[in-house]
Amino acid sequence: MNARVELHGVRKAFQEGRPNAFWAIDGIDLSLPAGGVTVLAGPSGSGKTTLLTLIGCLARPTEGRVRLDGRDISGLPEPFLAALRRQTFGFVFQRFNLIRGLTVLDNVMLPAYPLGTPHRSLTRRATGLLERLGIGNRVDAQVESLSGGEAQRTAIARALINDPAVLIADEPTANLDTALSLAFLDIVSGLRADGRTLLLSSHDPLVREASVVDRVVELRDGRLVADHQGKRGPAG
Amino acid sequence: MTELRRTLARQRYLLDHTVASMTRRRARNLGLLLVYAAMVFLLASVLFYSSALKHEAALLLAEAPDIVVQRMVAGRHALISGQHAQTLRGIRGVRAAEGRLWGYHYDPAVRANYTLLVPPGAGIEPGTAVIGPALARARGAESGDVLGFRGHDGTLRPFQIAAVLPQESALASADLFLVAESDFRALFGIPDGQYTDLALQIPNPREERTVAEKVREALPDSRPILRDEMLRTYDAVFDWRSALVLLPLSGTLLAFAILAWEKASGLSADERREIGILKAIGWETGDVLAMKLWESGLLSLLAFLFGTAAAYWHVFGLSAPLLAPVMQGWSVLYPDFRLTPAIDATQLLALFFLTVLPYLAATLVPVWRAAVTDPDEVMR
Repeated sequence: MNARVELHGVRKAFQEGRPNAFWAIDGIDLSLPAGGVTVLAGPSGSGKTTLLTLIGCLARPTEGRVRLDGRDISGLPEPFLAALRRQTFGFVFQRFNLIRGLTVLDNVMLPAYPLGTPHRSLTRRATGLLERLGIGNRVDAQVESLSGGEAQRTAIARALINDPAVLIADEPTANLDTALSLAFLDIVSGLRADGRTLLLSSHDPLVREASVVDRVVELRDGRLVADHQGKRGPAG
Repeated sequence: MTELRRTLARQRYLLDHTVASMTRRRARNLGLLLVYAAMVFLLASVLFYSSALKHEAALLLAEAPDIVVQRMVAGRHALISGQHAQTLRGIRGVRAAEGRLWGYHYDPAVRANYTLLVPPGAGIEPGTAVIGPALARARGAESGDVLGFRGHDGTLRPFQIAAVLPQESALASADLFLVAESDFRALFGIPDGQYTDLALQIPNPREERTVAEKVREALPDSRPILRDEMLRTYDAVFDWRSALVLLPLSGTLLAFAILAWEKASGLSADERREIGILKAIGWETGDVLAMKLWESGLLSLLAFLFGTAAAYWHVFGLSAPLLAPVMQGWSVLYPDFRLTPAIDATQLLALFFLTVLPYLAATLVPVWRAAVTDPDEVMR
């Protein structure tokens, strides 16, 4: 389940070639060893979410290289990027992005559909994940009826359904109260213990200062301004 | 797991998700299905009806003479002498040549034209008549009743109804009035030895054109009409009537088509967001397209099936009440009949491709556009 991510001179421009063009990420070099919890911190507009999308293969860098276990993935064709999103990276979005009208179980199983996994084993895996995350009793609920914490756990289960090595969460506590935020950090702790690499973006002090965090990388105006150990210290 | 099983399982998941997705947008999809099925229904109704009428006409003409010879005077159809039949029998390739007597009679009582005909052979007794079902209905006549007509000289001539023709042959016989030769001649003042036209039997179809040439040479004032030409005329008339129905409807059809296109091709913000989510969680562009292909395919196929089934029921079950007045003819006496189902497979296939393929294209292009962009852009 190891995945080492490296970024070399990564830049990302939006509105390229127009008068309002701007560099959301402006030359980042970063190495994320396999395993451990890294937090990307910084104010709004500092480029945290954009950097997560570049690492998670949701977008391509305008310049620079993103490497996964030494392999350059920034220029891969779309089907290969989709395969990486499906199997190497799990994404938990800030607003969870569950598909309305579907049940919790259906939402969780969605990323596995293109793999053609047998239905019975897929259902078993999804139910197991939901039980582990404490919402085993909500499998048949429509996602519109979920509370914020339940929706986030559903999104986490969906991100984990294909057993990815890296879990990426964008502002995971932005829509949660303190109790739910602490519960989320418990889940993070469990996933870290599984050996996964966790990459979170947050400007929530509760997350930055959590004991489960190995490393905090600070961004401002698309640049890396600080890189220091978290409470837990070096990953391991 | 073999690759085939994996592919099948993947398609099943996509289909399941498609059905769930369509159920979520129930109102929109039902609306599209209805509009689309209505379009198919209209087109298929006209198609089935004209096709069945052509089929009936072909059946009817199968018993018609191979060549009909008419005499022309100043470009108008005139009576022809029975003696010419003898001349025509002498042409090689002609097995038989008989004079026919037929014409039209306007009945002011019902404001309709009847087709008066002397059937071949001596089937009908003078003073009696056999009538078509629509005529019987219009006049409220049954066997044994007496119908009177004023002849060319103003004399009222009574006819006792010997029989009413069966319903099965209604398209051809609806307005028929079959009488004896002597009554026909007396009614219209046609002298003995004169006929409406001459009917020729040509056993070898390949000789028909040569015989027609020889008829023209033997009787320069005549016009030979081949059965094939009559069939083509029927086809042209029914095609023309189909066009006549479709032309006024074309505006409506176009409006329907634009509505369906607009609804089908526009991606809502919700759908765009959903495509972004699916791509972000690892679906490939091909998976998204396959899902939408299932969706459009299911919808258009259902609309095609519902539309054609409803059209079939409308035309062959209910005798096409929406089309009959235009398609059957201009006569006042409409035949009351059920068409034998006759469907032109090529036309049906053409209708299928004309309705299903544009719909697939209309829906897939915007989905493809949304699906090929980076997922983070779709979600922004």
